Amino acid sequence: MKSFTYERPSTPAQAAAAVAGTPDAKFIAGGTNLLDLMKLQIETPRHLVDVNGLGLDTVEPTAEGGLRIGALVRNTDLAAHPRVRKDYGVLSRALLAGASGQLRNKATTAGNLLQRTRCPYFYDTAQACNKRRPGSGCSALDGVNRQLAVIGGSDACIATHPGDMAVAMRVLDATVETVDAAGTERRIPIAEFHRLPGDAPERDTNLKPGELITAVTLPKPVAGTHIYRKVRDRASYAYALVSVAAILGKDGTGHVAFGGVAAKPWRDAAAEADLPKGAKAVTDRVFADAKPTPENAYKLKLAERTLGAALNQARA
Amino acid sequence: MVGATAAAPQDRGAGTSQTTARTDVPVLATVTFTVNGERRTLDLDTRTSLLDAAREHLHLTGSKKGCDHGQCGACTMIVDGRRINACLTLAIMHQGAEITTIEGLGQPDQLHPMQAAFVKHDGYQCGYCTPGQICSGVAVLEEIKAGIPSHVTVDLDAAPRVTEAEIRERMSGNICRCGAYSNIVEAMTEVAGGQA
Repeated sequence: MKSFTYERPSTPAQAAAAVAGTPDAKFIAGGTNLLDLMKLQIETPRHLVDVNGLGLDTVEPTAEGGLRIGALVRNTDLAAHPRVRKDYGVLSRALLAGASGQLRNKATTAGNLLQRTRCPYFYDTAQACNKRRPGSGCSALDGVNRQLAVIGGSDACIATHPGDMAVAMRVLDATVETVDAAGTERRIPIAEFHRLPGDAPERDTNLKPGELITAVTLPKPVAGTHIYRKVRDRASYAYALVSVAAILGKDGTGHVAFGGVAAKPWRDAAAEADLPKGAKAVTDRVFADAKPTPENAYKLKLAERTLGAALNQARA
Repeated sequence: MVGATAAAPQDRGAGTSQTTARTDVPVLATVTFTVNGERRTLDLDTRTSLLDAAREHLHLTGSKKGCDHGQCGACTMIVDGRRINACLTLAIMHQGAEITTIEGLGQPDQLHPMQAAFVKHDGYQCGYCTPGQICSGVAVLEEIKAGIPSHVTVDLDAAPRVTEAEIRERMSGNICRCGAYSNIVEAMTEVAGGQA
């Protein structure tokens, strides 16, 4: 690990100013992803701004009937929160499907959104990776890409967002709240938070340098059965090959987002009108523009069947 | 505001990290926390993980370094009542924390009930993962008691119960290469029964 200086600011605006005003500075919250990447020298910040002392760790009802989740609420606490379990079950389920108990105790709401891809070529510093080293190429395109994106990728990158929580937040239409160094606050719909790679895969999100996530808000609850189905290589503690976050009625109407298929949670709200026709009608539309590789084309059928299982679960 | 000062002037040379060599000068910081009931103050390189602080600086070598990437659970400690991977957190981030390592749970002449149950049920073979398994096991039973659900909890609105499925899911962050899992489940089940 490269050496770094360290500070603990007292307010979110101070934290944002510290990162914006220091070369190669990064925020650290739970640290479970950043420190892993620092040990491998994939991330090499010269300055860490520890945001753990900023508060931002409560879950509060909003005036609109929704919830405001502080950026530093730990994954364990969010999954176990009584309101989340009762009204946003898809979010509890997604959180509990991710990582291990030890990691969920440390990992935060904001940090989960910002976790970087688990593409093996991003992790292997001997390989070309445009996300890790812009302009170096992408070894994944013709490499072992069974786990990687089937839609939304580019000639520069086919990495996926590895998380579960963001997929649930996408189906819940969450909003990310931020503050920047000047103290200006911004609200970013979750659909616009993560970026597709295009020709700049090094940028995972639309956050500006030094912009700090302060909270994630959820609109008022959506009725229906809340389902998160995750298909993975092991029964526990593994990343999704495909996941489905869905809120479904018994008649098959509802909302659905897919994980493990793209650089962001994938949702096509127009295609949701086809949910009563069954899974295939929906996934044919959602993945109409998919460009899978020979190794990961299975994900398209898997997405259809996982959604089918969710529809069956909602009808039961 | 807490800051860390460089032991020597920082390299602020031009260029970004990946392609440019950079002088790597250690940066020192001070942290005070309580480990197994004892208040400890350490001057550490900011890079020091909580695991390395315990093992190399406090000579508490019960917690093990397996993967050093949060994948195996051998380093599991209980910090402020929650189990965490001590390898994936910086020691200096734990100012004022209450930390329990395997040494703080029990000693050979005064075993914690979970340690005694692991001995009774043969919950290990080589023993390398065992301190992490035991710290995790103790915390898992507390998590179930506190009503924290898991991936296999069927009803999110009901209190979770101690079942084999719950134990196996909740312990998935602790890998045992010898494969003592079934005996670990038995040990934890017995301790849970004793607590109920």
